[in-house]
Amino acid sequence: MTAAAPVLDRLPGDRPVAREPYAIGLIAILTTVVMLFTAFTAALLIRRATGDWVRVPLPGIVWVNTLILLLSSAAVERARAAVRLDASRRAGWWLSVSALLGLLFLAGQIMAWRQLGAEGVFLSSNPHAAFFYMLSGVHGAHILGGLGALAWTLGRTWTGAYRPTRHAGLTHAAIYWHTVGGVWLWLLAILSTL
Amino acid sequence: MSTTGHGGFWTRYVFSTDHKTIGKQYYFTAVVMALFAATWSMLLRLHLAWPQAQWPLLSKLFPGLYEGGVLLPERYLSLVTMHGSVMIFFVISLSLVSGFGNFIIPLQIGARDMAYPFLNMLSYWTIVPACFLMLGSFFAPDGAAASGWTAYPPLSALADATPGEGLGQTMWILAMALFIASFTMGGLNYVTTVLNLRTRGMSLWRMPLTVWTLFIASIIGILAFPALTAAAIMLLLDRLGHTSFFLPTGLVMGGEVLPYHGGTPLLFQHLFWFLGHPEVYVLVLPAMGIAFDVVATHGRRPVFGYRTSVWALVVIAVLGMIVWGHHMFVSGMSPYVGEYFSIATVLITAPFSVLALNLVASLWRAEIHLTPALLFVLGLMAAVAIGGLGGVFLATATSDQYLHNSYFVVGHFHLMIAVVTFFTIFAATYHWYPKMFGRQMNQTLGKVHFWLTVPSVIVGFVAMHFLGMGGEQRHLYDPTAYEFLRPIQWLNVLISIVMFVAGASQLVFLANFFGSLRFGARADSNPWLGTTLEWTTPSPAPHLNWGPDLPVVFRGPYEYRVDGAGEGFAPQNAPPRQPAAAMAGAT
Repeated sequence: MTAAAPVLDRLPGDRPVAREPYAIGLIAILTTVVMLFTAFTAALLIRRATGDWVRVPLPGIVWVNTLILLLSSAAVERARAAVRLDASRRAGWWLSVSALLGLLFLAGQIMAWRQLGAEGVFLSSNPHAAFFYMLSGVHGAHILGGLGALAWTLGRTWTGAYRPTRHAGLTHAAIYWHTVGGVWLWLLAILSTL
Repeated sequence: MSTTGHGGFWTRYVFSTDHKTIGKQYYFTAVVMALFAATWSMLLRLHLAWPQAQWPLLSKLFPGLYEGGVLLPERYLSLVTMHGSVMIFFVISLSLVSGFGNFIIPLQIGARDMAYPFLNMLSYWTIVPACFLMLGSFFAPDGAAASGWTAYPPLSALADATPGEGLGQTMWILAMALFIASFTMGGLNYVTTVLNLRTRGMSLWRMPLTVWTLFIASIIGILAFPALTAAAIMLLLDRLGHTSFFLPTGLVMGGEVLPYHGGTPLLFQHLFWFLGHPEVYVLVLPAMGIAFDVVATHGRRPVFGYRTSVWALVVIAVLGMIVWGHHMFVSGMSPYVGEYFSIATVLITAPFSVLALNLVASLWRAEIHLTPALLFVLGLMAAVAIGGLGGVFLATATSDQYLHNSYFVVGHFHLMIAVVTFFTIFAATYHWYPKMFGRQMNQTLGKVHFWLTVPSVIVGFVAMHFLGMGGEQRHLYDPTAYEFLRPIQWLNVLISIVMFVAGASQLVFLANFFGSLRFGARADSNPWLGTTLEWTTPSPAPHLNWGPDLPVVFRGPYEYRVDGAGEGFAPQNAPPRQPAAAMAGAT
């Protein structure tokens, strides 16, 4: 008997190839997103402790923007519900609504920058304002990425590529979109209270 | 079946999505970058040994760096900065993790390619502009970045702080941002490929240690790199948007008080080292994994403690994420926090010792074939042992107070992350060259390369420890300017001479590498009689790696001396004996 005799109950086929290679990639991407904003949060907490921290009141429009982003997330869920009912056309409309709301959110964030600028508060005027401009900007870049994903799923939806039981791409785009929306809620919470 | 990457010249060699081509592209890119970074280090050593000497020829060769035959002080700092940045991020990372990682992961787990071949190509073509930005920064109006590879503010945040901190530093930051983007794409690919594309029978506990280490290193990278992204964004805003994230109150430059207010340079150091320390493990762990594979194959025995090695890797990865503060013992932190970082750092020696001792024990009663690949792994063990001893003194906050920022540190980290990783790159090259190019490298030249390289780098970097104990600071332009350093200046001369030998002996390697492409003996599919899956496919491995059927795995990765003899071995895809026959044999 050799020392290297294979264990017979673990013969070939004990691990079939997974069907959803993009799920793991998505988890990895979301990990980097969460770690990035965790690092920014830590930076804000440390910077805030140095003594010259004065909170600048955020422009009122950011609350409207937040509502728009929440509605956009809800619209993505309506689209997924429609796909599950095999209603591709309806799903396409909901996705369009969601993407338009996402664009509206970005436009609203730019409005918020302009309002702050009009009050004489710029990037270099105040550390809190610097964090607001920077975090909303970096977050906006992630929203742009999400809009790209939504546009791609929209194309797939129009061509009827998603089936009630097979629409992983749409689910992944939705998870990304909700996560980036959640990141905004977190940023808003720390920027409006700290 | 997809034939992507196997069409015309452009899709086959330039914009290829084949993991093996991309791996080679990374490798060759790293070789080019290494030629630059090594040349810079030779110029630095020349200057450090004879700071007052004049070299008119060098003035002609490098008109921007030299004046009157003497290396300019500000250019000296640029060369130190660029040598470190390029070596760590654009040579070691690119060749070891991106190069061999791309080449070997699918071959060792029985996959046809990476999980996302297009993303893989994109990650390579993201690193190319980063390389051009790095090298091109020498042509910025006031030269390349000069704030060290750690780019600490305020120096790195103020364009007028020192020559090189203008456009050069901005280009450095942008190059690093591209590097992080590229490395993240690569890590994403490695993790997904390892989790999803293993062939039938290739359970996690049958993966070679090279794959395990690359897998764990990728996870570390995904978790740690975003911190540097955040730091880079804030540093750019401080530089270009005049924010005060890292710039404190009361900075005076040229007699004028700068308008910055309230920022904290320490914040940058925390963010930088949150990436910087795990980055060490991103490089060293794959080096250890490859070392295990080489020892098993060229020592003809199973590695010692396969499972404990994997668990040790996991513990190192976790601890490696929470010890970054030991780089900042003298930057200003509460002694209690320093004590925590000190203890956590010393704790890492436990799993790392398990790993290193398993590697040494894998030689016990091995049938050692002293091929260049194995020789370089033996060199790696020497470097880990010597470098590790120095590490104990740096991990302890009290002794680090004295040794910090001295040549002791320079010697230590060169042993641990330069020698260990370069020796692994050499070992991996000698080991996998037949699979990459279908030919063998010349073994005699390989041994000449080894015996010229090893004594010189070990002597050189150990001598740096003594310089540090004598009080010589790193980044020092002219050590002889200080009276107390003059008695140990002979050490600098010694170090420079052995490093010139080490540098010149790399020409033997390059000649062997490029000469063997044409003149090397043809290699068959399994020249080392290895057990892992890459040896089951022809050399060089064809596009899509195997024919119509992927190999099926029945065994662990290191089944050598299966019948008690030295030469007997069972490849991972060797089917088990018939149960009846095995039973009959047992009774």
